[in-house]
Amino acid sequence: MTKQLELVVDRIKCDGRGLCAEILPELIRLDSWGYPIVAPGPILDHLVGLAERAVDDCPVLAIALRRTQAPKAKAR
Amino acid sequence: MKLLSGPDLSLGPERLAAHVQRLGPLPQGGHALVEVLVRSGLTGRGGAAFPVGLKWRVVAAASRGSAVVIVNGAEGEPHSKKDRLLMASRPHLVIDGALLAAASVHAREIVLCIGEGHHAARRSMSEAVAERADHERRMMRIVAAPARYVAGDSSATVHLVDAGVATPTTTPPPPRERGVGGAATLVQNVETLAHVALIARTGVATGTLLITVAGSVRAPGVYEVNAGTTLGEAVQLAGGTSSPARAVLLGGYFGQWIESGAAWSLPIDPHALRDRGLSLGCGVIGVLPTSHCPVCEVAGIMRFLASESSAQCGPCFFGLRALADACTRIAERGTDPGDLQRLQRWSAEVQGRGACKHPDGAVMFLRSAMKTFEDDFAQHPAHQRRSA
Repeated sequence: MTKQLELVVDRIKCDGRGLCAEILPELIRLDSWGYPIVAPGPILDHLVGLAERAVDDCPVLAIALRRTQAPKAKAR
Repeated sequence: MKLLSGPDLSLGPERLAAHVQRLGPLPQGGHALVEVLVRSGLTGRGGAAFPVGLKWRVVAAASRGSAVVIVNGAEGEPHSKKDRLLMASRPHLVIDGALLAAASVHAREIVLCIGEGHHAARRSMSEAVAERADHERRMMRIVAAPARYVAGDSSATVHLVDAGVATPTTTPPPPRERGVGGAATLVQNVETLAHVALIARTGVATGTLLITVAGSVRAPGVYEVNAGTTLGEAVQLAGGTSSPARAVLLGGYFGQWIESGAAWSLPIDPHALRDRGLSLGCGVIGVLPTSHCPVCEVAGIMRFLASESSAQCGPCFFGLRALADACTRIAERGTDPGDLQRLQRWSAEVQGRGACKHPDGAVMFLRSAMKTFEDDFAQHPAHQRRSA
């Protein structure tokens, strides 16, 4: 199986600062209250760099990249 | 053999000597019992209906002799009374189940989490613990769970035992893999453990369930019914309806609404209900009379669920509040098409976006209400304020 990455938000840590959605609008949009909604599915190769930046720049360290185990992993 | 067999419930907690005389000594826990539980098909009675034997297998495999058993008697569901009745009347059945669990998953400790307001249950359980043999008693301690809806979440019980704070924590990993102090932790509802105490003695499923019948029935309360009993029969056990019924809320505040016409023939059986897309949840059967306005009722419950958010996850804290406010506006000022659209949109935004299942349960409840009471939501008049 090829290596696939997905973004995972720790809902308790997340404060809704919104930087992730600014950095990676292709995959992250904000809900009505400013909290990130991450597009499901693995991250396409050309977006991995931006996803890493979204992870590194989160002021409360609430978002992480995770290697998906199963080919049909569900992301939220 | 039933959970509530034995002396009359009004006599209070059954003492250890009477319990042993009636049911015999505590059987052996261990691998064989886990397999009996798997075959018995027993599912958790706290609400999630997770297969018990499978959960015990996972904890036993992860244990290394250091596992913890949490007996979940928080019972924060507003109308549910079954767990506190069981603890207050058959404490040794629950303790037997907990000791069997500890032996089967190689646990070193048993923590009894009991709702702080369940006074009779706490007294009964602490007296029952004191009656036990030294080696059993030394394993057990009692922790008071705050009277909050989310306190019964399994990760919240672990958080309570670890840090004294009964709020859910981020999962995965689930408590069964990493719980109290990092050890594999079995969190099991008190009724489930009482079933285990009987199954360990007979080898077969008890075939009964504890339900709480609430709302407009003549004799609301806890009843033990055979699996497959219909909702109509359960309501008859509770003395029948006290006024014409409009709908039934099955499974408590995380449950689903069913029009009374379609409700009465439904079987009270976790597996049969799951096949119909329903769930018995914690076993509360709430009957809504035709004299109550469903929209106002739903708005009141949504306000409760919003206020019971542990305020840790934004989508739950803000989202449930927004949903409750929109329901309340419709209840107080009348239907507004914009609010109906917002309810749909916000429900979708909130679903699946909490660390625990609190927002999901609230949204499932609201969606089922908006489907069952579609016409009422579509044409609710203004200024018709009735509280639950």
